[in-house]
This record gives sequence, structure tokens and C-alpha cells, in this order.
Amino acid sequence: MTTVEEQLLPSAEPVQLVDEHGGRHDSPQYGMPAPEALVDGYSQLVQGRRINDQASALVRQGRLAVYPSSHGQEACQIAATMVLGEQDWLFPTYRDTVSIISRGVDPIETLTLLRGDWHSGYDPYEHNVAPQATPLATQLLHAVGVAHAARLKGEDTVVMALCGDGATSEGDFHEALNFAAVFKAPVVFFIQNNEYAISVPLARQTIAPSLAHKGIGYGVPGERVDGNDLAALLAVLGSAVGKARAGEGPQLIEAHTYRVQAHTNADDATRYRNDAEVTPWLERDPLKRLDAYLSGEGLLNDEQRAEAAAKADKIAEDLRVGLMQEVSPDPAELFAHLYATPTPQLKEQAEFLQDELSREEA
Amino acid sequence: MAHEKLSMAQALNQALRDAMRADERVLMFGEDVGALGGVFRITDGLTAEFGEDRCFDTPLAEAGIVGMAVGLAMNGMRPVVEMQFDAFGYPAFEQVVSHVAKMRNRTRGKVTLPMVIRMPYAGGIGGVEHHCDSSESYYAHTPGLTVVAPSTVSDAYTLLRRAIEFPDPVIFMEPKKLYWAKEEVELSAGEPGIGTAVVRREGTDATLIAYGPSVPIAMEAAEAAAAEGRSLQVVDLRSIVPFDDETVCAAVRSTGRAVVVAEASGFASVSSEIVARVTERCFHSLAAPIRRVTGFDIPYPPPKLERHQLPGVDRILDAVDSLQWEDS
Ligand SMILES: Cc1ncc(C[n+]2csc(CCOP(=O)(O)OP(=O)(O)O)c2C)c(N)n1
Repeated sequence: MTTVEEQLLPSAEPVQLVDEHGGRHDSPQYGMPAPEALVDGYSQLVQGRRINDQASALVRQGRLAVYPSSHGQEACQIAATMVLGEQDWLFPTYRDTVSIISRGVDPIETLTLLRGDWHSGYDPYEHNVAPQATPLATQLLHAVGVAHAARLKGEDTVVMALCGDGATSEGDFHEALNFAAVFKAPVVFFIQNNEYAISVPLARQTIAPSLAHKGIGYGVPGERVDGNDLAALLAVLGSAVGKARAGEGPQLIEAHTYRVQAHTNADDATRYRNDAEVTPWLERDPLKRLDAYLSGEGLLNDEQRAEAAAKADKIAEDLRVGLMQEVSPDPAELFAHLYATPTPQLKEQAEFLQDELSREEA
Repeated sequence: MAHEKLSMAQALNQALRDAMRADERVLMFGEDVGALGGVFRITDGLTAEFGEDRCFDTPLAEAGIVGMAVGLAMNGMRPVVEMQFDAFGYPAFEQVVSHVAKMRNRTRGKVTLPMVIRMPYAGGIGGVEHHCDSSESYYAHTPGLTVVAPSTVSDAYTLLRRAIEFPDPVIFMEPKKLYWAKEEVELSAGEPGIGTAVVRREGTDATLIAYGPSVPIAMEAAEAAAAEGRSLQVVDLRSIVPFDDETVCAAVRSTGRAVVVAEASGFASVSSEIVARVTERCFHSLAAPIRRVTGFDIPYPPPKLERHQLPGVDRILDAVDSLQWEDS
């Protein structure tokens, strides 16, 4: 007989379906995703990698103010959106650019925030993607609200809420899990545990056996998954989305991955970790691993590889060209979006600025 | 200490170092303050020198950081905490307003909280959303808090030393735009004390009142005005709470005209308070209503638009020009 506690407990080891050499591992609980999904996932991984690397290059060229790369975490990024339906919602953070693009948001619009033109460059309702949250864990409560509203309206919606390991220490993380559980909200809380919150290692965030264990106290089932294994991610996240959709309430998934690059370009990672720690993770690269597995199974050939690379080239080229353009956002917008009806004071301030700008021009 | 060319970041680091050397009860903690030395490197080398018990990384939780500091201070320590950025202090706001600010009052003076909450604040560095807030008015509005904002390297050192020795909680606003500005300074832990403003530049025609990141802009404006034959005085508040009515009012009385310069939105702000108190006290010495040059009443803009928000020399000079001069 399994106790309630046991039902809530994550598996002892992170779920893995494909090991780091591309070998297949069967799981009693999770089946291997369909070949088409894996091949599509491969192509998206290639694109995700290119987006990360291109965006990082654009920071060095001064085209983007900053870019928190998800290099090495692309499998999490891609799987998080692949398991969603069109009516579902994604709640991303600053590091989840690839996930947002994979959801269908225009890449340039996605990067507007990081280029510095506006605080969010896309319309959240167009693809059901919330604005990228910078204050940590705050968006998790919003995700619960969206999910609860969907239930009240009788919609068949699941919300995928992303956060990092560091964010699990914030009060909002705990309140979000509790609220979601009490309201049985269809939310999948997906923690990308990449071992670091800027410079602070996981051991300084928690001594819990895993972050997935944190669900128990709230009555939320937890699961752990190899975050560099796209197959396992699709299976585990897919199953969690299914359960949430079936009315089983919130689910908590922790992916074990690694932030192979610095936090952002402003960060000096050599101050808090050494190459000996980073190198083994490069070997666990999600892209290499999936390639090895699919090749071994005869599911991926050079033509498909070339096709994926071409799509990635295209995105990289679009990013380069798109972000090369000098943009000058309209200062009038500063006053445009504060209230449904601008206050008289704001109108005055807008006129003041307009006047100042026309004098500058003259 | 000898004359040295130091940045404000280095001076703050030195202040922490010296305070920790001088008093074993001083602890420094927050997010990334250990091995990394803080995202702005203000705590660089402190863990190496003082060990993990005295300068340490906490779990990522601002309410936790400030809440724990409350308990540490109650139990005889002198915690100095870092909020990584101004806008990330908000998760701790409940702790700050309900507990940090009120403990002495609630306990009739039995429990006091000597602690410092350091906070890189304000803009002008091209930071993305939530990295450039000027939140001083929230804190200044809360009775029980002491709020300071240095504008020079030497004041940064002295004020931080004084803040750490201070018997009550101090919100220490660090103008992040000025972190890298270097000055030749002699560091002193003595004067100025908290609560004293200073006249940074003498002038006879009008007084500019500024604090933190706005002081260098006010100085620049005064320089530009001088070139046009107008003599502007610049007062640097240094301490927002307590407010140095004496220095500020003496300055305004001496010129009869004043402009307040601040980066924060103007509505219901520290700058409004300054206008109100100076008007109350100096009404009969004023030749014109006091003007303000502040940020607009909007959320801090994205980097590409931030220059429109920040008070600049031209806006200050225009405000000065509008002070009802007889000859214009
Ligand atoms: C409330 C809040 N405090 C501090 C920060 C500054 N900050 C930005 S990212 C970060 C680390 C977050 O780590 P984690 O949650 O593990 O996500 P990761 O960056 O590893 O993806 C910190 C401290 C913030 N954004 N929000």
C-alpha cells in the first residue's frame, strides 16, 4: 500500500530515458516519446542553441544590453513548451528566452526587453506567454491566478510556470505552491535547477533531499528529471501536464541541469567555480546526447541534421539583421500606458517632454 | 589615512572592512556577497578576510535576509545586509515597515535594532526593468527609519561607518551610477554625522537642493549657470531622514530662490516633502515658488528611454530660469 506521502515523493533518482552517451534507459513509469516528437525536439534544440549563442554574441557587439543565456539548458526550455497546447500558458523568467521563442513569439520581440526598448516586447495574449519576470518567484503566484481563473471559466487550460533553483527560497514560491494546492489549480511548477543562483550554489539554498521534495508539505506531488535529457523531460513534463489537465491539481517538477555559462555578461563565474566542475557538464550536453540516441536508433540522418542547421542559421541571421537595426523608441510611450485615462499631471509631463524634444531638435 | 584615488565602490568596501575589523559584532550578508563579492563588488574580499561566519551568502529571500537581521540585531549583533538592487528590496518591505521600523516603538525602547540595509539604487546605468528604482520615498515615509544617500566617495565611506555604529536601523541608498566615479580622498570615520547636509558649492542667486545621484548633476548645472553669469549654490542633503532643516533653510534664505533636484518620481515624494518644509520655514525669504526637477510619474523606463526620465542640466537651468527673476 502506498501512503499519501509516498504518492507525493519524487523518484529516488532523476528520471532518465537517454543517458549521456545516447544509450536508452527504460523507466517503469515513463514511456519513450514518439520518434517524431524527438526529431522535432532535436531540431528545436539546435535552434535554441543558436539563439543562445547568437544572442550572447550580440551582447558582445553591444546590440543587446544583457543576455542571461540558457546554453546547456535548452532541453528544459524546449520541452517546457513542447508539452503545452495552444490554450495553455507559459510563465517564463529572464532566462527563458528560448522557451518563449519556441512557443512561437517573434524572436526580435522576445529580445526587446534585453535590448532595452521596452519592458516586454510582445503581446502576452497572442501566444499565452506572460511577460518575462525579473523579480524572482513573483510570477509563480500570477500563474496560479491564471490557472484558477481558467478553472472558474471552465477552460481546459494548464499553466507552465518556470523558475530557477534560487527562486525556490523566495516566499512567493511557497505561497504559490500552497495556493495552487488549496485551489487545485492546474499549474505545473517547473524548476530548472542549474545548480547556481548567480554565485550561490544549491547547497546554500536548501538542504532538502531535492527541490522536488518541497511539494510534500503542500500536498503537491514532486518529480525529478534529468534536465539534459529531452526525452525524459518530454515524458515527465507531458505526464505532469496531463495530470494537471485531468483535474489532479498542481505538479512540481525539478530538472537537474547546469548553467554552463556565466549568469550574464556582467558576471565573473571564475570567482565561485572552476573548470573542473564545469567540464563534466559539457559532456552531458543535451544536444549531443539526443543526436547520439537518434542516430543510434536510425531516426536522424544528415539530411535532417542539415535541415535543422539551416533553420537555426535562418533564426540567427534574422536576429543579427533585426538587432542590427538602430531603434529609437518613442518617448511619448512613456506616458501612454499608465492609466486607462492619463491623469492631468501625466498629460502635463508628456507635453513638457514633447516640448523639450522639439526644442532639442530645433 | 593617506590621500588615495578611490572609487565609491572601493570606499564602501573599505568602510565595511574597517567596521568589521573594529567591531566583531558586525556581520555582512545577502545574495552573492561572498565568493562573488556582490554584483557590484562592494563586499569583495570580506569573506576571505573575515570568514564565512561574518560575510556570507544566504538563501535567495529578501524577507528572510531582513527578517533574520532583525533577530540578529535583537541578540546583540550588528548586521549589515545587501539588497541586490533597489527593486528587489520590495519582498522585504513587510519586514522593513512592520518590524525594522517599529521595533523600538513597539517595545518602548527596550528592543533596538542597530542594523544597516544597503541598497544600490537609482538609474543612469542602462539597467533593465527592476534595476533602477528610486525607492527612497517609501522608506523616508516610514517613521522609525533613518535614510541616507551619499553622493561623494568620501561621504560614502564616512556615512557607512556612521550608519554601522548608529543605534537605529539605517536604509543606506547607494547611487549605483556613482559607484565607479573616482576621487582623491582622505577616509574618515568621523564627520559628517548622519543628519547633516552640506553646501557643496557656494552661490548667491539660487539654491539647488539635491541628494545622491542628483548631486553631480546639480554641480554641473551650477557650473553651466556660472558660465552664463548666474551664481548657483548647491546643497547636498546626504541624509534624507533626519532632515537637516537648519543647513537647507539657511542656504535657501541666503539666496531666496530654490530648485529641488531628484531622480525619483515627484508625486508624493521626498522632493515634495522638501518643498513643503522649506516653504513652511522660509516663506518670507522666498522670491519665487520653489521648483522641482524630478523623474516623471512613470515606472522607470527601459534603457533606451531612460535619458528622458533623468533630471539633466538643461531641465535644472530651465527651472532656475523660471524663478521670477526681475530682469527676465
Ligand atoms: C526578488 C529578487 N531578488 C534578487 C534578484 C537578483 N537576481 C537575479 S537572477 C538571480 C539568481 C536567480 O537564480 P535562480 O533562481 O537559480 O535562476 P537562474 O538565474 O539560475 O536561472 C538573482 C539573485 C531578483 N531578480 N529578484
